[in-house]
Amino acid sequence: MQSYTGADIIITLLERQGIKTIAGIPGGANLPIYDALARNGRIRHVLARHEQGAGFIAQGMTRVSGEVQVCFATSGPGATNILTAIADARLDSIPIVCITGQVPSSLIGTDAFQEVDTYGLSIPITKHNFLVRNIAELFTVIPEAFRIAASGRPGPVLIDIPKDVQQARMEVHSWPDPGTPDKPIAPERTPLIEAAAMINASRRPILYIGGGIIASGASKALLEVCEKSSIPVTPTLMGLDAIPSDHPLNIGMLGMHAARYTNHALHACDLLIAVGSRFDDRATGRVEAFCPTARIIHVDIDPSEIDKIKPSSIGITGDARLVLEAWIPEIRKTDRSEWITEIDELRKRYPLELPGADDPMSSYGVIRHTAALLPDDAIITTDVGQHQMKVAQAYPFSTPRTWLTSGGLGTMGFGFPTAIGAALQAPDRPVVCFSGDGSFLMNIQELATLAEENLNVKVILLDNQSLGLVHQQQDLFYGSRFIAVNYPRKVDFAAIAKGFGVDALSLGEAEDPSEALAGAIQRPGPCLIHVPIDVYDKVFPMVPPGGCNTDMLTHTN
Amino acid sequence: MNTTEITNMNTILELTVANHPGVMSHVMGLFARRAFNVDSIVCMPLPGNAGLSRIWLRVQEDRRLDQMIRQIEKLIDVSEVKRHGPGHEVFTAIAPYFE
Repeated sequence: MQSYTGADIIITLLERQGIKTIAGIPGGANLPIYDALARNGRIRHVLARHEQGAGFIAQGMTRVSGEVQVCFATSGPGATNILTAIADARLDSIPIVCITGQVPSSLIGTDAFQEVDTYGLSIPITKHNFLVRNIAELFTVIPEAFRIAASGRPGPVLIDIPKDVQQARMEVHSWPDPGTPDKPIAPERTPLIEAAAMINASRRPILYIGGGIIASGASKALLEVCEKSSIPVTPTLMGLDAIPSDHPLNIGMLGMHAARYTNHALHACDLLIAVGSRFDDRATGRVEAFCPTARIIHVDIDPSEIDKIKPSSIGITGDARLVLEAWIPEIRKTDRSEWITEIDELRKRYPLELPGADDPMSSYGVIRHTAALLPDDAIITTDVGQHQMKVAQAYPFSTPRTWLTSGGLGTMGFGFPTAIGAALQAPDRPVVCFSGDGSFLMNIQELATLAEENLNVKVILLDNQSLGLVHQQQDLFYGSRFIAVNYPRKVDFAAIAKGFGVDALSLGEAEDPSEALAGAIQRPGPCLIHVPIDVYDKVFPMVPPGGCNTDMLTHTN
Repeated sequence: MNTTEITNMNTILELTVANHPGVMSHVMGLFARRAFNVDSIVCMPLPGNAGLSRIWLRVQEDRRLDQMIRQIEKLIDVSEVKRHGPGHEVFTAIAPYFE
């Protein structure tokens, strides 16, 4: 029998969970854990330059693999810094485990150095959290954290561990089994059959699918259902990679920045089949005016989502994949030619417009040119703002878990560290982060991490020297009274990247931007590609906040 | 908290929860974040079972209550939620202590 410290137990349990890489930053209150990591020697540690970066690196690893990943931070400012990444994971249902160091138990509540109530702060932004009170609790808390994070609707779990618990010793007789996800929730049969009958009886149905399709691995079942019953599919921002963008039944993303025909089709549908989506306000616009004549079938793994925003005719609590698979034999094969023709007419009348798509120096153009240079399994991350919506509109996604974006929380600074995490998880695949100058500045310090890890991450920086989406709203809705939105002093981002040891080029200075872009994308290793764009280059269509989805502003009105 | 009399607009909730520091914070935080008033609370450990406690709450009956209950049911430390009518004796029996 061997005696272990709490820190050794933590690292051993993480290793038994299959954890191979951890992102984090050490500090006073988690040094014993880092020392155990050093003595273990089998887990790779990636040293982020800010705890928020570490949180997003873990998210990137998780979003690509679907498996729970881990990040570390110390007490106090380490913990407060990482909270944004945890809140982001909560809003997008991403399972990560965050382990924070805490001041010794005897000092908790004394305003000790670097003490903050991490447990209290993290309650509303985690799926669950723990404050470990003694060394023996580690044996239940750590496997349980992994089980909770990955079961049902996934989400982040935080474990706060006081330093004395890390330093305590105990003899270990046996190790607990690793925490594994509970069996997916199987749907009840009766509503499932009623829903299938409602689908069969409907004339103008639309499938409105979200991140739940990705989380449950339901893409294949989704295709079978929509193809058999010829149901048009609209993905949310979180579900964009759940169905190939060129699939004939894919009618594109809905909501605030949808193509106009998509929102008009939803307005005309008689049955809305929501699967793994949650009627977010950016998707629905003014709720009373969303799909006003449709009955609603709502499938979600989280019972509290059903009827939360809009009452449904049939609510089904269950795993999206299991529900869709159960529908396949129950739904009739139909071609719905009238409905499909109607949508085609709408598409011709209100098409998706991507001005400048042929010009690699425009925002849409650089997105389309980059896509043409990448394989289907390339991983795309974004930050938050105009560039994010433009990538959502213009990038031809075809494979699940290739699209990583901050949907619910809308965190500027998400894209770049998440791309680093994605590349750690999938070192053989290209990873491209589309960012804006506003967002990139919020986690620019991770250039140091990228240079050190030498990963195949390309940052395409769309620089309009402004907080573009704020600028757009001030221009459209606040009488063009611009305030606190422009960065008039030009920043040499290429020089900064090079200063950190990351290769860089500016398309604005290239003789042949197309060729320069292709060269940069194809060269292995990190690179920052700077693209100057016009601050008045807006993202359209746009539903004014609080408006009805069919009342959209466009380039021409 | 306020001193509202028991009315027909009240609902009594009975929660069975894990007994450790922090559970109350999880439960009450849910109500507080949604600006949902809880006007009475009683909490004691269950006898014979060291790991469990019972929390009785008196809350306003409004249209958000169903959603509130679903959110409470999602809390990991809450094993059961029961809903009772407004006249439940748990609060009438202790009322003399609040005179």
